[in-house]
Amino acid sequence: MSTPTLSSTPPKRRHRGLLLVLLAPGLLALLATFILPMAWLFRASFSDSVMAAFGGGWTLTHYLAAVTDPFYWRVALNTLTLGVAVSFFAVLLGYPIALFLARTQSRWRGVLTALAVAPLLTSAVVRTYGWMVILGDRGVVNGSLQALSLIDTPLRLSNNSFGATVALVEILMPYAILAMLAGFGRLSTQLEEAAAMLGANRLRVFWRIILPLSLPGILTGALLVFVMAISSFVTPRLMGGGRVFVLGTEVFNEATVTLNWPLAAALSIVLLVLFSSVIVIYQRALRRLEE
Amino acid sequence: MRTLRNLGLTLLYLFLLAPIIVVFIVSFDTRQYLAFPPASFSFGSYAKVFANEAFLSAFGRSVVIGLVVGLVAVSIGMLLSMALVRYRFRGREGLNFLVLAPFLVPSIVLAVGLMLVLSPVGLLDTYAGITLAHLGITIPYTVRTITMSLMAVDRRVEEAARVHGASAFTAFRRVTLPLVRPGLIAGGVIAFLISFDEAVISLFIVSVRTSTLPTEIYRYLEYSTDPQIAALSVVLILISIAVVVLVERLIGLRRAI
Repeated sequence: MSTPTLSSTPPKRRHRGLLLVLLAPGLLALLATFILPMAWLFRASFSDSVMAAFGGGWTLTHYLAAVTDPFYWRVALNTLTLGVAVSFFAVLLGYPIALFLARTQSRWRGVLTALAVAPLLTSAVVRTYGWMVILGDRGVVNGSLQALSLIDTPLRLSNNSFGATVALVEILMPYAILAMLAGFGRLSTQLEEAAAMLGANRLRVFWRIILPLSLPGILTGALLVFVMAISSFVTPRLMGGGRVFVLGTEVFNEATVTLNWPLAAALSIVLLVLFSSVIVIYQRALRRLEE
Repeated sequence: MRTLRNLGLTLLYLFLLAPIIVVFIVSFDTRQYLAFPPASFSFGSYAKVFANEAFLSAFGRSVVIGLVVGLVAVSIGMLLSMALVRYRFRGREGLNFLVLAPFLVPSIVLAVGLMLVLSPVGLLDTYAGITLAHLGITIPYTVRTITMSLMAVDRRVEEAARVHGASAFTAFRRVTLPLVRPGLIAGGVIAFLISFDEAVISLFIVSVRTSTLPTEIYRYLEYSTDPQIAALSVVLILISIAVVVLVERLIGLRRAI
């Protein structure tokens, strides 16, 4: 299937001066906030000076440390597992809400949309605290189960990767919903009605029309959540109680506690490489979808 | 079928709102540790929050930084989107990729890079430093939302305005701008929220002097989980609801998102 382009082709030649004015602030901002930091990060990961910000000689030590130490292999695996699990469940649980919001004619639609996005207005740190309250040893779940005498000792729901995963799914779900809603532009009730009129049942309409048309939105949502999940460290750190080791927590540790900036930079590059492979896979999938 | 669907949706919404609901309940507790259900019902924790100088000043800083970031990110995003959607120039494809690239780089990776760049020029733990850092992560979002609404603008409407004698600028101001306004507002709101909510990059850039509210809460939670944080959270949530209602009243949230 092909995407219909909404805008007609722009005029070939307009004022070049105006174009420069349009581009200059953005290019400057990109240089300062993205290009330079990324270049510096790359350089620092090879630096033999601990205060990597100021240059130093070149060395491969930090990469060798990251690649030869089995601890970092486990950290990388933990990170990938967390990212996949979180994006899978965030999309799975967010999809029904997004689909409902995109199609409903209800007069509650505005309120329900606001409710679905409202968690975004609360800091992720605050919602992590909410999950500490729910999953903690004396939290909502354990407190209720003990009050009902169903368990004697509290279940271990937090201070481990289970707690970190549950909290991250909820924290990132609104982003998945928003991304899916934005990507659902091609959903059309007319098309569904046409299919229904031609004799397709509800399941078939969903399977053959709604799902394929919402697939770009689903993929974008999954990618967005994955990006945020593998780069997160606040939630894994607080919910993991220091027992969940992902690349995010290790980078933060090296950068602010151990103050080994070159190692922090090298681990960041490892995270980036891990990550780029996923982006490439995503783009391949999207291209196949558009064919 | 319909009831089943509604039940499922209710459960999903409940999951989505669960932390907010429990935080609300716990905020009326005043014990020094975290436990459920609350032992008392009082506003003691709220009183403590409003007496907490560190929280109050961090809140003020977060609001100011968020507003500046939102405004600048939308302005830059609008200019970039106009160039990317309306012009064909050499390097356009490259720029298209570059603009969205920060969006595709984990924020913690960018955080280390920003820390390394801001450190030698003395911008660590300064307003300029944290604003710049937040701009880097919000511009991709504003460009994305504004580009989307700009692409949805039917060029024939503008052409009609031109045919009827409007100048290029008037056509832009009277036709294009109102049509992309939902995109601008959505971009601005998203940029503000990201800045206000952002803890990862901030934790690398700020320390005591310019600590934002999320970093302040994070540092507090590292050694204590008492109901004071719950009370503070409820205050923040109430402010959020006020923002939502305001945006809904002013432009209609459906159109903004």
